[in-house]
Parts: sequence; structure tokens; C-alpha cells
Amino acid sequence: MSVLLNRRTVVTGLILFAVLFPFVTRNDYVIHIMTLSFIWMIGVYGLNLLAGYTGYLSLAHAGFFAVGAYSLGLLTVEAGVNFWLALILACLFTGILGFLIGMIALRTREHFFAIYTLCVGYIIYLVIYKWDGLTGGVRGLIGIPAPSNIGPISFTSSISQYFLVLFFLLLTIFFIYRIVHSLTGRTFMAIRNSEDLALTLGISTMKNKLVSFVLSTIFAGLAGALYAGFVRFIGPDIGYITITFDLLIYLLIGGIGTMSGPIVGTLLIVWLSQYLQFLQDYRMLVFGPLLAFLIIFYPWGIVGIFQQWKQKRQARKARSIHQEENRKDEVELDAGVSADQEQVREG
Amino acid sequence: MEVLGQQLFNGLTIGSIYSLVALGLTLVYGILHIPNFAHGALYMMGGYITFTMMTVVGVHYWLAIFVSVVVVGLLGVLMERIVFHPLRDAPPIHDKIAAIGVLLFLEALAQWIWGADYQSLPTPYGQVVNLFGLTVTLQRVLIVVAAVLAMILLNLFLKKTFTGASIIAMSQNREGAHLVGINTNKVAMLTFMISGGLAAIAASLSAPINLVFPGMGHLVILKAFVIIILGGMGSIPGAILGGYILGFSESLGATYLSNDYKDIIAFVLLVIILTVKPTGLFARGGH
Repeated sequence: MSVLLNRRTVVTGLILFAVLFPFVTRNDYVIHIMTLSFIWMIGVYGLNLLAGYTGYLSLAHAGFFAVGAYSLGLLTVEAGVNFWLALILACLFTGILGFLIGMIALRTREHFFAIYTLCVGYIIYLVIYKWDGLTGGVRGLIGIPAPSNIGPISFTSSISQYFLVLFFLLLTIFFIYRIVHSLTGRTFMAIRNSEDLALTLGISTMKNKLVSFVLSTIFAGLAGALYAGFVRFIGPDIGYITITFDLLIYLLIGGIGTMSGPIVGTLLIVWLSQYLQFLQDYRMLVFGPLLAFLIIFYPWGIVGIFQQWKQKRQARKARSIHQEENRKDEVELDAGVSADQEQVREG
Repeated sequence: MEVLGQQLFNGLTIGSIYSLVALGLTLVYGILHIPNFAHGALYMMGGYITFTMMTVVGVHYWLAIFVSVVVVGLLGVLMERIVFHPLRDAPPIHDKIAAIGVLLFLEALAQWIWGADYQSLPTPYGQVVNLFGLTVTLQRVLIVVAAVLAMILLNLFLKKTFTGASIIAMSQNREGAHLVGINTNKVAMLTFMISGGLAAIAASLSAPINLVFPGMGHLVILKAFVIIILGGMGSIPGAILGGYILGFSESLGATYLSNDYKDIIAFVLLVIILTVKPTGLFARGGH
């Protein structure tokens, strides 16, 4: 009970902090970075569902991110569709594409899956880059409109954009939390732990893998669409493999397959990158080895380290209680034995 | 007809490079069952080290390649020791992620040392020669000859020497090799050394006709993956054959289909193959 209460207060505290944050800092630059990291978090949560909970490492996520971003950009700029409708359509389109690719990609396993998705990601990037007539090629898409007003609420200021993205992030987290703690989530984990065993238990692994894959691409598409509406300019670079690697780094450093990992990892690395700006393109000199080091020694990331520490502490507490009880038992037993002996002697 | 001949020769050149890279990748996969995403970074390092040896130290092209092979080979060994050896019992997803970490590190390192600019590698074999009625640069002829020579030597090494046979044995059955007294640690290190060396040869040979830059390994490694899936993961003849198939289809595709989309051919090929046969063509047993 106390654990639940504890978690609830932590979550409420974090949400309260996130809501109050822009009013506390009042710094547009900080709010901008924060909004951007929230967008990344949505994408990382999508990746986490697939790689962390279902055990399939997809390297096409930047591609789906770009598909979401370009769908929104093209719908609003070229077709003149309303932003909100375009946002829904962008997610839908990414989901459908994810479904089609997932149908084929999920027939492969492990290494083949990683290589397959790597190639799919590259194809998406190349198509965006080379299809000048539709996507604008290297020049990219300019002049994507900001989210249109909902009644009296407008989304022109940085604070309102921050809240918009925060809203979608909370929605994503809530959704992922409900999935992971449902039967479907358990099924995903069963597939992660042993696909053959899951199959033997009567789980339709293909169907569940596909659900996980499509959901994770939809989140990537949502993140991409929000990115397009926030940055207002997109180029083919957002579909390149480096973005997938960035998402992967956020996920791994936070903790793959954990609920809070994406938040921890993204915030840490995004802010660390801000402080390491003097390194610019060389930041991978730090993050590359960090990634390898973490996966060797702490495969569940920072959140994993914390959980391990908590578990150890609980185990120690449980052990000491247990020992005390044992000692008490022993004392009683001793007393019993000596009483018996005395009786024998007297007799 | 002349265009076709020219393109076929181009295909032979590109195919030779692809085969060399794919060979290194397939050897490592055969031994350790990891797709080494960092192999492209080794390729890139090979190009840069040859470049530095020639422009800064000023040694001859062949000596520069030799130094590059040794250095990149050692880099491969170091990678095996530091990163892949501790992960040998970890879930497969971990190797891949660690390899990506190494890849990112090496690329950033190259950019830090040599800058992000495109460099061109000077070659002493720039002259144009006439070969069976085709006008080609000597460097391209050299690529084909050197690559074929390297493949023959590798084959002899694997088939005729005891050390080579131990590599084959380990790729066939790791536990079995261990049981008959093969030092699997040493074999793994040796394999990484050969794999890095092959990548360095490929990069040094191709650098004069392409360019040297930090991202030069990206496309090559992706295509090498396509090749080893095409030829069967871990299969040596498959990697050579697959390399040439891809080389030819790319050079012909660039001429007769579309030059813009020539890089996509490999990936479309892969997507089709894995769609039809999810375990790759010529898959062995359970892999």
C-alpha cells in the first residue's frame, strides 16, 4: 500500500512540476528544449514498447518519425488540411504503413529483423531525399503552420506549444502504462522472454507482435507530426539513421523495458548535450562508449540500476526480519530442548 | 555494346569491394553470431589510415595499405576484447546495441581527428589503360586483381592451414570446437583481426575512386548486410557471390533504370528476399 501511495505521489509531483515548469523558468530557450525533449520522449516510448517490451529491435524508427512529419507537412502545406485533421491522418497513415511493413518484417527474427528494419528505414530516407516533386528533396518543407486554434485557445506562444506537447506526452505515457499492465502487455513480455514458449502456450505471436509494431510506429508518427508542427521546417535528415540511434541512446541510458526509462534517458541526454555543446558533432565520442559500457554492465539503464538498488535494499530488509524471526525460533527451540533435558534429568 | 561492357566492368569493380567487406562481416557472424554494425566504421578507419599514411607520413600506396590492415585488424581485436567478449552470453539485442555504440564512437573519432570534409586519396595508378577494348583506369583493374587475390589467399588460409581450419570448425559448432581443444577466445580474436584487415583492404582500394569521409561506411555496410543475407549468414562463398551479384545489378541498374535510385536496388532486393524467405536465401539449419 505504501509503495502505491509512494508511486502516486511521485507521479503527481512530476506532473505538477512539468505543469509549473514554464512559469518558473520563463526562459523561452529552456522551454523550447523541454518541448523538443517531450517530443523525443513520445518517440522513445514507441520504441520502448517494441524493443523493450516485445524484444524486437526496430532500426526504422526515424523513418516512421519522418513519415509522420512529412505526412503532416504535406497535408497542411500542399493540401491545406486543418492541422488537427492532418495530425490524425498523419498518425493513421504511419500506422497503416507500419502495418504493411510489420506484416512482412515480423516474419523475420532477431538479427534479420534488425537488418530488415535498418534497410526499410534507409529506403524511407532515400525516397524522401530523392522524390523531389513531392517532398522537396534536400530543400525540405518550409512554412508548416502552427497548430490551429481550438476555440479560444491558440498555440502560437512557446508556453502553449509546451502544454500541447506535454498533453500528448501524458496521453502516450498513460496509454503505454495501460498496455504494459494489461494482458496484452504481459503477452508482449512473454514473446520477449521466449517466442517459442509463447507460441506453445497458445499465444498468437504474429498478431501480438503486429499490434506492438503498429502501436510503436503510430507513436513515432505522432512524435514526427508534433515535431513538424513545432519546428515548422522539416528536411530529409529527420529520417536518417542517426535519429534512430539518438532515440536508442535515450532509451538505453534511461532503461530499456522500464516505464520511466524514456523520461530519464531523454531528459538526461538532451540536457547533457546542451551542456556539451562545445563538443558539437563529437558528442558521440562520449555517448558511443557510454552506450557500449551501459549495455555490458547495466543493461537496464539508470532506472535499472535504481530498481536493483531498491530490490537489494528490500531483500536485505526482508532477510534481517527473517533472521530475527529465526533467531527467536531458535531461542524458543533451545529453551524447549533444555526444558526437556531438565525433565529427563529430574526423571 | 561498349556501354554494357563498361558497366559490366564497373560492376566487377564495385562487386569486388562489396565482396571483401561482406566476407569480413560473414566471418564474424559465422563465429560469434553477431551482426557487427560497427564493421562499416572499421572500413572507414581503414580508408583514413591509408590516407594519413600516404599524405602525412608519405609512404608508398602498398605500404600504407599494409599499415592500415594491421592497425584496423588490431582495432577489430580490441573491439572483440572490450565489447563483444563480455557480451558473449548476453541476449542478442545487447550485441547489436553495443555494436552501434562502437560505430557511433568510431565515426565521431574520425570526424574529430580528420574533420568532416571529403578527402580524395591520391593513387599512383591513375593512368588510363586499354583492356579488351574498354578504356579503364589502372586503379579499377587493380581493385579487381587485388580483391580476387585477397579472396584466394583467405580461402587457402581457411582450407589449408590448421589455424584456418579452427575458424571453420568454430563457425560450424562452437561447443564442439571448444571440446576438441580449440581455444575459442584466440579464434574469435583472430577472426576479428581478419575481418578488420579485409575491411581495410576494401576501403584502401576503393578510396581513390570514391572519397574518404566519416560517413563512407554507412552505405557499404548496409549493402554488405544485404549481401550476407543474400548469400546466407556465415557462408563464405555466398558472401563473394552475393557481392558480385549486387555489384552487377547496381551498375546495370544505374545505367538502364535510374541513377538516382541505384542505391535503393540493394535494399529493395533485400526486402523482396526476406519477404519471400524470412531466414534469407541459402540459410543453414536453425539460423
